[in-house]
Amino acid sequence: MSKKDIKVALIGNPNTGKTSLFNQLTGLTQKVGNYPGVTVDKKQGTCKLSATQNAIITDLPGTYSINPTSIDESIVLKTLLKKDIKESPDVILVVADVENLKRNLLLFSQIKDLEIPTVLAINMVDQMSRKGISIDLTALKEELNTEVVLISARKNQGIEDVKATIIKCHVAAKATPMCDNKKIDPAYFEELKAINPNYTLYELWLMVTQKNFPEGIAKQEREQLLSFNKDVSKLRKYQHKETIYRYQEINKVLKKTYLVDKSKATDVRAKLDKVFTHKIFGYFIFLLVLLLIFQAIFDWSSLPMDLIDTTFAELSDFARSNLPVGVLSDLIVEGIIPGIGGVIIFIPQIAILFLFIAVLEETGYMSRVVFLMDKIMRRFGMNGKSVIPLISGTACAIPAIMATRTISSWKERLITILVVPFTTCSARLPVYAILISLIIPDTKIFGFYNLQAFTLLMLYALGFVTAILGAYILQKTLKIKSNSFFVVEMPNYKIPSVKNVLFDVLEKTKAFVLGAGKIILALSVVLWFLASNGPESYQNAEQNTIEKLADTNLGVDAVQQKVAAAKLENSYIGIMGKFIEPAIRPLGYDWKIGIALITSFAAREVFVGTLATIYSVGADDENTTTIKEKMRSEINPATGKKVFNFPAGMSLLVFYAFAMQCMATLAIVKRETKTWKWPLIQLFGMTGLAYVCSLIVFQILK
Amino acid sequence: MWFNYLILNTIASLHIGEMGYISEESLDFIPLKLLEMGCLPGAEVCLVQIAPLKDPLYICVNGSHLAIRKETASKIKILKSE
Repeated sequence: MSKKDIKVALIGNPNTGKTSLFNQLTGLTQKVGNYPGVTVDKKQGTCKLSATQNAIITDLPGTYSINPTSIDESIVLKTLLKKDIKESPDVILVVADVENLKRNLLLFSQIKDLEIPTVLAINMVDQMSRKGISIDLTALKEELNTEVVLISARKNQGIEDVKATIIKCHVAAKATPMCDNKKIDPAYFEELKAINPNYTLYELWLMVTQKNFPEGIAKQEREQLLSFNKDVSKLRKYQHKETIYRYQEINKVLKKTYLVDKSKATDVRAKLDKVFTHKIFGYFIFLLVLLLIFQAIFDWSSLPMDLIDTTFAELSDFARSNLPVGVLSDLIVEGIIPGIGGVIIFIPQIAILFLFIAVLEETGYMSRVVFLMDKIMRRFGMNGKSVIPLISGTACAIPAIMATRTISSWKERLITILVVPFTTCSARLPVYAILISLIIPDTKIFGFYNLQAFTLLMLYALGFVTAILGAYILQKTLKIKSNSFFVVEMPNYKIPSVKNVLFDVLEKTKAFVLGAGKIILALSVVLWFLASNGPESYQNAEQNTIEKLADTNLGVDAVQQKVAAAKLENSYIGIMGKFIEPAIRPLGYDWKIGIALITSFAAREVFVGTLATIYSVGADDENTTTIKEKMRSEINPATGKKVFNFPAGMSLLVFYAFAMQCMATLAIVKRETKTWKWPLIQLFGMTGLAYVCSLIVFQILK
Repeated sequence: MWFNYLILNTIASLHIGEMGYISEESLDFIPLKLLEMGCLPGAEVCLVQIAPLKDPLYICVNGSHLAIRKETASKIKILKSE
């Protein structure tokens, strides 16, 4: 970022096409970072305004007003109140929807009062004639005392105009406020303004109402400002009055400049709403959409996932045969490559999920789902908006937990965060798949339905029902006071823009890979270390085993397998497995499964890989080839029975359905709730539940 | 007289497709966020749709299409023309 780049902040209501404009202005220069101290993503991009002038454009979260009601929105206020030269914007670009201009101008009027140079871009003007809207642009510029540009971001119209206007506005910068709060109560606001003349009256007022102070405010001034906060009812009254006053000013302006001929309005929205929110069809369509998403997540992704799986296996083989023998090579072949593979393998499912969610949000359908589901979800202590995280949870809990940010009630948001990990995420799928194929016969029930598929479906249902019941219990037990005020805008139906959807999928997938990926990769390396190192007995394992087998006439391969098994048994992880064996024996597991349980705490899908390692080295029968067959033939020496018998398998399935075995999720929950309390409650609560339920299942079936 | 034709009601008591005007006296019961989204005293409000389980309500006010919970809607008084 060079010094003379213009810093532009992009602000607007949700559903105004702000993202489209951002994509048009910045294209592939976009970068997602984090705001210091908070978790909301900060999207920035560079835009070439003219041959000599560039701009750094920051896309702020969509908001209806500067007064925040959710974490996303609070960022807008924080950014705008900053007075330090490096961060504060030179020009603010407000995006408004031509159809909802009145409401959009409320936010504009608040921004204008911060006295920062402002450009108003009125979007979707290609719809004007269809909706019977006409605007007197010259008069509007004059009335608002601002540069106004008419654009259609999707059709790439007026974008050059926006760029030129940003430069013009930056050079000629003269910002005047639109409203004057002194009109509400002169004495009160005079007194407020006197506290610090460096700030505009509106900025000081925001500091009072939002208790959000920039660094430039001295301690004494802060206390003065806080004293205004004592009379809450007066404050509220003035905020109400201010809003009404703003609308009065806006109406005055629009009366002279904006005309709607209602007879021209077509009502596609009403017709679609009738169908999508219908008491029978509404739910039916939602169910179909859900089925389509699940179908896509499992069906469409299986091919790329297999491809990734084999590619990484081959990569490991290739590296093994080409790297010199040594610890570093072992680390690469057994730790890093499978670790990266373990992250990459989820990309297809997650990208497909994000694709669906982006399309559903772009079309405006998601708001209808929120509308349909709010009452049902509320019964369980959640919110209509919790539906999106619960759907996302079937791919991965991490993006799902991040999707709860739009829920403004803290209690409803927290409950959603806490129960999301119960939904069957894609990491459980490989575990379920191998266990089901081991213990459930491949037969048909009712003559046509595959029993194995039915079991899988039941496990999904189990996860979802547990999430809902968990939410219900939390709602009754959590003593958190939080106002459950709920308002959702029902936007117009739109055909999704391919560019917006693809950018969204790309950005979120990247965030997942970089965020969760780091943790999974790091843990894979730790696990590798624990499995390939050990105390003295580990060092001697090879020697001892070879000596013991010296008399037998086993082949070289078989001896090597025995050696590897002995090494694993004596490695740190093997010792840990043996250590927890007494605790898990009542659930029907041996120490080898114990190892898999421990490694699963990095990420569930590691279970299969771990067992593959353990059993590929443990089995005697040389005719067995696949992991599955090896697992099936595994005999527990203590009981003489098969390890993966029906009771133990069922018990394991239940354990994986309930247990909190995902470090990455715990880290995200910590980040989002800002304390270790909730992730620890999840860890012990869910795992405890898993233990008890698996115990019951095994003891009954045994 | 004109007030003979007006009945005091709340948004929650509207039927689908019916309209009313938000009364001045309910200002204190309208959450700030809703005010900011255009739900102002004096504004014309229309009940567009009721969710299948009778809650939330889908309203149109000042050009904004919003879904609000019944609990909020029942606090906002309106003048309804009969």
